[in-house]
Amino acid sequence: MFALDSGDTAWVLVAAALVLFMTPGLAFFYGGMVRSKNVLGMLMQNVFAIGLVSTIWAVVGFSLVFGDSGNGWIGNFDFLFLADVTDLDGDIPGMAFVAFQMMFAVITPALITGATADRLKFGSYAVLIGFWSLLVYIPGAKWVFNGWLLDMGALDFAGGTAIHISAGVAALAVVLVIGNRKGHGDVAMPPHNLPLTVLGTGILWFGWFGFNAGSGLAADGLAAQALVNTHLAASTGMLGWLLVERWKAGHATVLGACSGAVAGLVAITPCAGFVGGASPLIIGFVAGVLCFLALGIKAKMDWDDSLDVIAVHLIGGLVGTLLLGFFADAAVNPGIAEDSSEGVFYGGGLELLKDQFVAAIAVGAFSFVATYAIAKVVDTTMGLRVDEDAEHQGLDQSQHAESAYTS
Amino acid sequence: MKLITAVIKPFKLDDVKDALKTIDVTGITVSEVRGFGRQGGHTETYRGAEYKIDFVPKVSLSTVVDDSRVDSVVETIVAAAATGKIGDGKIWVTDVDRIVRIRTGEEGSDAV
Repeated sequence: MFALDSGDTAWVLVAAALVLFMTPGLAFFYGGMVRSKNVLGMLMQNVFAIGLVSTIWAVVGFSLVFGDSGNGWIGNFDFLFLADVTDLDGDIPGMAFVAFQMMFAVITPALITGATADRLKFGSYAVLIGFWSLLVYIPGAKWVFNGWLLDMGALDFAGGTAIHISAGVAALAVVLVIGNRKGHGDVAMPPHNLPLTVLGTGILWFGWFGFNAGSGLAADGLAAQALVNTHLAASTGMLGWLLVERWKAGHATVLGACSGAVAGLVAITPCAGFVGGASPLIIGFVAGVLCFLALGIKAKMDWDDSLDVIAVHLIGGLVGTLLLGFFADAAVNPGIAEDSSEGVFYGGGLELLKDQFVAAIAVGAFSFVATYAIAKVVDTTMGLRVDEDAEHQGLDQSQHAESAYTS
Repeated sequence: MKLITAVIKPFKLDDVKDALKTIDVTGITVSEVRGFGRQGGHTETYRGAEYKIDFVPKVSLSTVVDDSRVDSVVETIVAAAATGKIGDGKIWVTDVDRIVRIRTGEEGSDAV
């Protein structure tokens, strides 16, 4: 039975705007870290995702995730072109939910751009993320938010599995297809404009309040808890990363502070409306430490995951998804006891932890295989990677005929 | 005429400029450069990866003067730019074959 609550509706609409803002935030977070000849290329990839994925979402995406098909694997075409979007059994208009979820669909493929920095052809990138949204994000979102993983009892409040694990694994798959940047390992490629990265981090942090605290679709105590959890995890994520960084690499850096905060934010994403008390402090801190330590993986494997999407989003997403199996607390969210079980530390035993593992592996494995296949097809037909001359020239000039800094 | 080129530490530019003004040097050209001599570079760290930066930021300053003034200009620059520490820089003097003032077409000493 639908009865409109204007408070809840107002908050969800604002949250949608906050989440949208995260995509330009991500653009600057990444953009500051690449070389100046590639900054427009990075910004363009992120900004373009808004245009393309929003369109896909409206045409068919929303329907395939949230259309009531009666099965737990994929939706239907009931809401093609957003026709007949009904109001929820709740108190916000269906369109508010469409808008909110759309922004999640938009930012998820954009996360991959960090790993593939400096070397994708723009047209091929567009085709890649178009198909990726349709064939990888959408099924994963259906399983987690409205399908068999939800039914099984796996918990993901705002998308730690559906967004971060999915995109993190996808980033690895695409890197394996396209290979490393020319000069990687020999030539120094330090960030060209860390102030942009700090700006982007601030926008992401701000927007994440919408991402997490909006996911309860209500302006209530749970949203407040989720907001506080989000902020605290970002804070201890920063501290954790900086401590390990200072110890192991000799300095606490601005890039480290930003990266640690994002790691904490990623980890709290699945947990945000399911934990309380000191849990967000712990979850954020663990993510900050483990994600820093995970930076070493790509060097050992010689994967040029240029901006550490694996270390921050995949590992951060895994940390959060699995720690939820320990920290989920029905006192914070009674829905846990109804639809799932509490975490290990709250008397629920290993049931939830097991469900979290299944969700992580299911989405991760699916994302890897499907993304690798899509990337291979696009690479074979169109070529994903720019040629060597274009790579030296930089994406800004070779792909867009533009210069970021003309004086 | 001679071209005097000096590569100096960037924070010394104001001191050198003021000193040259007091001896009535009529104009200088400066650019920001990078370089190294005996002064080593430094390391920077990004996400745990170390980058060795060999080059050090410097300022290159040049001025064209009459032959008779070369020594006093060189001494003035040395006095203003020196700190006594490695990386103070170098000055070199080269011949100028021809110099023209663009606005008026004057040449030679009148153009300095």
